Amino acid sequence: MKNTRTIEITVGIFVALGMAALLMLAMKVANLSQFTEQDGYEVRAYFDNVGGLQTRSAVKMGGVTIGRVTAIGFDQSRFQAVVTMSIDQAYNHIPADTAANIYTAGLLGEQYIGLEAGGEEVELKPGDELTMTQSAMVLEKALQEFLYNKTVKSEPK
Amino acid sequence: MAITSDPTQSETLVRIRNLHFRRGRRAIFDGIDLDIPRGRITAILGPSGTGKTTLLRLIGAQIAPTQGTVEVDGRDVHRLPLDELYEQRKRIGMLFQSGALLTDLSLFENVAFPLREHMRLPESMIRSLVLMKLEMVGLRGARDLYPRELSGGMARRAALARAIALDPMMIMYDEPFSGQDPISMGILVRLIKTLNDTLGITSVLVSHDVAETCTIADYIYVLSGAKIVGAGTPQELQAEHSPTVRQFMSGMPDGPLPFHYPGKAYLDDLLEAPR
Amino acid sequence: MTDLLAGLGRRSLDFFERLGRGHLFLLRVLASVPGLVRRPGLVVKQVWSTGVQSLIIIVISGAFVGMVLGLQGYNTLVTFGAEESLGLVVAKSLLRELGPVVSALLFAGRAGTALTAEIGFMKATEQLSAMEMMAVDPLRRIVAPRFVAAIIAMPLLAAIFTAVGVLGGYFCGVGLLGVDDGSFWSQMQAKVLLMEDVVNGVVIKGVVFGAVISWIAVFEGYDAVPTSEGVSAATTRTVVHSSLAVLGLDFVLTGLMFN
Repeated sequence: MKNTRTIEITVGIFVALGMAALLMLAMKVANLSQFTEQDGYEVRAYFDNVGGLQTRSAVKMGGVTIGRVTAIGFDQSRFQAVVTMSIDQAYNHIPADTAANIYTAGLLGEQYIGLEAGGEEVELKPGDELTMTQSAMVLEKALQEFLYNKTVKSEPK
Repeated sequence: MAITSDPTQSETLVRIRNLHFRRGRRAIFDGIDLDIPRGRITAILGPSGTGKTTLLRLIGAQIAPTQGTVEVDGRDVHRLPLDELYEQRKRIGMLFQSGALLTDLSLFENVAFPLREHMRLPESMIRSLVLMKLEMVGLRGARDLYPRELSGGMARRAALARAIALDPMMIMYDEPFSGQDPISMGILVRLIKTLNDTLGITSVLVSHDVAETCTIADYIYVLSGAKIVGAGTPQELQAEHSPTVRQFMSGMPDGPLPFHYPGKAYLDDLLEAPR
Repeated sequence: MTDLLAGLGRRSLDFFERLGRGHLFLLRVLASVPGLVRRPGLVVKQVWSTGVQSLIIIVISGAFVGMVLGLQGYNTLVTFGAEESLGLVVAKSLLRELGPVVSALLFAGRAGTALTAEIGFMKATEQLSAMEMMAVDPLRRIVAPRFVAAIIAMPLLAAIFTAVGVLGGYFCGVGLLGVDDGSFWSQMQAKVLLMEDVVNGVVIKGVVFGAVISWIAVFEGYDAVPTSEGVSAATTRTVVHSSLAVLGLDFVLTGLMFN
């Protein structure tokens, strides 16, 4: 049996190690450190269809993640989905007429919101709405259109 | 034996009345009356398996009797609330047959264990108390050894040092002589005697070693077949005519306590055709 | 036929009797836990022998489980062209299931058996009895600190297992198989949630499994037949019962948490 002091020290190290592991899981794996509500500002956008978009989906601009989707709801007066997203405080020079599109990473991958900068001088403020939106591409719809076009084109022959 | 009105001042420290104890269907004790006087060495002799250790556990209130009372220092130990029972136990030392030293503690820490658990004492005082007790059993030099490094006799002496750590009023010895070589047997006999004489500690001794027990006991009870079959001073018992007592005291293989475990007749058993 | 029924009846009676005794024992242990506030040293010592002593096996197993997840996950995901999600797959499966469950099974084998054997041995050698006669309650002095220490150690071990596992998966996926470093982490970070995955998985499951394992282990030790056969049988029972309890409870907890 080792003496009490050594035991206390090793137990201290063990507990610290366990805490560090938990902290790593919280910070690095669950990514608690980034894009929490307080260090971002929120903007809204209405979409006809959000597809597979989820809360915590990425908001990207030029391929760089600048924020996260914080809430997805349905507006009964407009019959549209309303997506609230939080954009990192560091990106505060975004034009107010920026367009929001829902894209898919790869053919079957994650869906995310891609922002495309407009040309206006006025900057986006917290609580603003992005008016120019394009809905998610729904695979079935795209296929339907594709097949329809095909048949329309082939008929005159 | 005279019964005085104030039990705490009475000559009798432990008073057992009409004690019954059963384990399953088997009666271990079937109505035992027994008195253990203060400041004396009382021995309980009996063949193996008669429940002598059980008797000590009943006195220590580790197990409850089926019927009957055990009074220690005038109080029924089986009716005491738990905290008072624990107070009572601090005043009773017990030497277990195996020694029962705590294996992950050194000899010093083993003896210090009851002191540390029950008293807030400065380290220097614990040290001198422990060394005093170890000196008494002659193991002061072995204080840093661990129980696994001790011989059987040394372990028992160390356990004795632990049993007297809290200066008890009574010590119960469970088979202190069994499995000891003649030298350590001699040492233990002397230790028990010394502790009893110098500290006035009441001693209860459970044993089946007739010779050693007779050299130190003041009074002996002989236990057999769930009853007390004989009682008296060693001299009285040597002269006793009861066949059971005689058989046990002189160690005859057959007698009222049969050599054969009860069964059907030998011849019948042999002739019975195997199925 | 009647023999069969009688046997069944006797066994179920025995089972329920033990179950009842186990619960009473748990109540008595819980009652002696508050007293430990005055003796934190006892708990620290037991965290050392249950937690620190299990650390090596936990770290090594965590690394290997994570690496295997990396390999297997990659092989499956690459057929869908979704190998970027490897980080997510590794982290979610470790956080929610493999981390707490595998570390609990290892903990039962490493620390649970040691607890049972130690307490059983102390019983067999009359050390517990001797303590009682010294007016020291073995439940308070021996059992309660071990019970609490195991509950403290288990979630910490599960967290270490999971963290090491994620690193193992990272090593395999990014280091060996060439998954993109950034997407490994970002996919993981996008989908892993603090409350739902980390707290529910590692912390809550860890605490529950720790409590169940240490309860079974100390009860089996305390209830063991005080002979060497009795203690070894009790040790075996600890492994079997706590493994079954962990797997069964995992199903129940998963059902409650993730639905």
